[in-house]
Amino acid sequence: MRALFDTKSNPALAWVGLAVIGLALLALPFALAAVGTAWVRITNLAILFVFLALGLNIVVGFAGLLDLGYIAFYAVGAYVYALLASPHFGLHLPFWVILPIGAAVACLFGALLGAPTLKLRGDYLAIVTLGFGEIIRIFLNNLSQPVNITNGPQGVTLIDPFRIGSLNFRDTETFLGLAFSGPIKYYYFLLAVLLVIIVINLRLQDSRIGRAWEAIREDEVAARAMGINTRNMKLLAFAMGASFGGIAGGMFSAMQGFISPESFILLESIMVLAMVVLGGMGNVWGVIVGALLLSFAPEVLRYTVEPVQQALFGRMLVEPEVIRMLLFGFALVLMMLFRPAGLLPSATRKRELETPGAAANGR
Amino acid sequence: MSAPAALPQVDAGTLLAGRGINKRFGGVQALSEVNFAIRRGEIYGLIGPNGAGKTSLFNVLTGIYTPDSGTFVFAGAPLDGLKPNEVAHRGIARTFQNIRLFANLTALENVMIGRHVRTRAGVFGAMLRNPATVAEERAIEQRAFELLEYVGVGRRANDLARFLPYGDQRRLEIARALATDPKLLALDEPAAGMNATETGSLKGLLERIRSDGTTILLIEHDMKLVMSVCDRVLVLDYGKKIAEGTAGAVQEDPAVISAYLGGDVALNLKGAA
Repeated sequence: MRALFDTKSNPALAWVGLAVIGLALLALPFALAAVGTAWVRITNLAILFVFLALGLNIVVGFAGLLDLGYIAFYAVGAYVYALLASPHFGLHLPFWVILPIGAAVACLFGALLGAPTLKLRGDYLAIVTLGFGEIIRIFLNNLSQPVNITNGPQGVTLIDPFRIGSLNFRDTETFLGLAFSGPIKYYYFLLAVLLVIIVINLRLQDSRIGRAWEAIREDEVAARAMGINTRNMKLLAFAMGASFGGIAGGMFSAMQGFISPESFILLESIMVLAMVVLGGMGNVWGVIVGALLLSFAPEVLRYTVEPVQQALFGRMLVEPEVIRMLLFGFALVLMMLFRPAGLLPSATRKRELETPGAAANGR
Repeated sequence: MSAPAALPQVDAGTLLAGRGINKRFGGVQALSEVNFAIRRGEIYGLIGPNGAGKTSLFNVLTGIYTPDSGTFVFAGAPLDGLKPNEVAHRGIARTFQNIRLFANLTALENVMIGRHVRTRAGVFGAMLRNPATVAEERAIEQRAFELLEYVGVGRRANDLARFLPYGDQRRLEIARALATDPKLLALDEPAAGMNATETGSLKGLLERIRSDGTTILLIEHDMKLVMSVCDRVLVLDYGKKIAEGTAGAVQEDPAVISAYLGGDVALNLKGAA
């Protein structure tokens, strides 16, 4: 596995491996489309959750700040896009203008959340961030009066899809005999952004900034004594994580064409956090695996639970939704027992959990 | 910032001066009107019985606590109201009495984090990996290796800090502090828990750091070490300064003997002499 990515020790194998993975990713949407276009959409949503999980990983995994309201930034990004590219205000800005605006606004909200919580840690920080997430959602729900900004619980409809010149991401085009449907176009766009986001994450982790975050996570007092401006570094982590969420939100808006506050409930924050924890806090690859697993699992269940029960019992006994929560809870319990540092733990996290009492050492 | 006239007068040879430092925790006067001056290039000892206020003085100096009153003047400018990271930026690096390494990071990473305050790469440098950032990163790593060699834990560079033997952890903490390019290195009981051999080589390290141009402020309970390595010593007892002077003079001071051994012993010793 490792050898596949190590371009230094075994360049030939590594490049061939990367090429195979790359081609597989490029061919994937057509294979999925053959099964059903729904699966391309599901994959796109899964990639959005990878964005979210990677953003949250900066806050939780790198800097060690527990954030239970992360979905708020996704909401901010989604609403910025929806309001600037829909008939609601009659604005129709192009996506490449809105996405950076959405990232910037989410970034600002990240700093807004970060500033008052700088002195809080652990449980207390979690409670405040949880509250923040709910505040944003409630605002979105109620900002329809006296001036109608968000259109309240009805949400915003008829949101523009991405357009590049005359190329509309909602239409299907045939090129070289292949049918490029809307979701497939989004898939390629998401894949490109994903690549950029992964590189940014890996580079951030292995940098002066990444080390400062690690220092804060390990021992804040010592970090400060070493000259690290913990206030700025924490705000930076919140802001960076938030802007990733903002970008993901904007794309979500464009892909769905409709958003409402209901998409941004607390459960979504918890799901994203579960992706980070399940995959392995602080490890970019682990977080990606966690996000993909938790995004696909419910969809796979949705399509398998009913036929399996029909075949076994002749009728449906348990709803897929119920099975999903059951399995999810069971998986988390198993994780905590057998792989407490996540499926693919970061080197540091693994060490922390290897010996009992080690966590107390750094606090 | 207060007016320059309000600053205590210090000559150019003084690196750090404390004037009228007071700090109270509830009913305990941890520091009371403490005055001292550390000259450039000296090893300055800070001793006193347990609870005398040594670590409190460290914490007030390095910005972890704010003094109730009093001023520190460091390299010609006051340290009033500075946060710990700003104090480190001005050139005071410290170690901790109960070692505070980044336990789950390697020795090398610990020292590299110490370089943070003297390097600049930001988010965009990290993302773009431009030549300046790459060069800086290489310099950070190289300097960190040098410092590990300097304090004598070079062979353990890739071991986790918490797996290092106790003495090496103390040395690693010194290397991490030196990575911030301090003018003043403040060590809080670096010899605590060390055996005689380790203390002997620590003494060599301290002398080398000093001769390489860094002034040292040393809290230590190992009197043999303090008396052999320190140029001058400040003695605290119940938060008050009871003596300041050369190691030899302080050792003879009845107030110091009384503080350490009890009043009667001091009188008896005097009688015997």
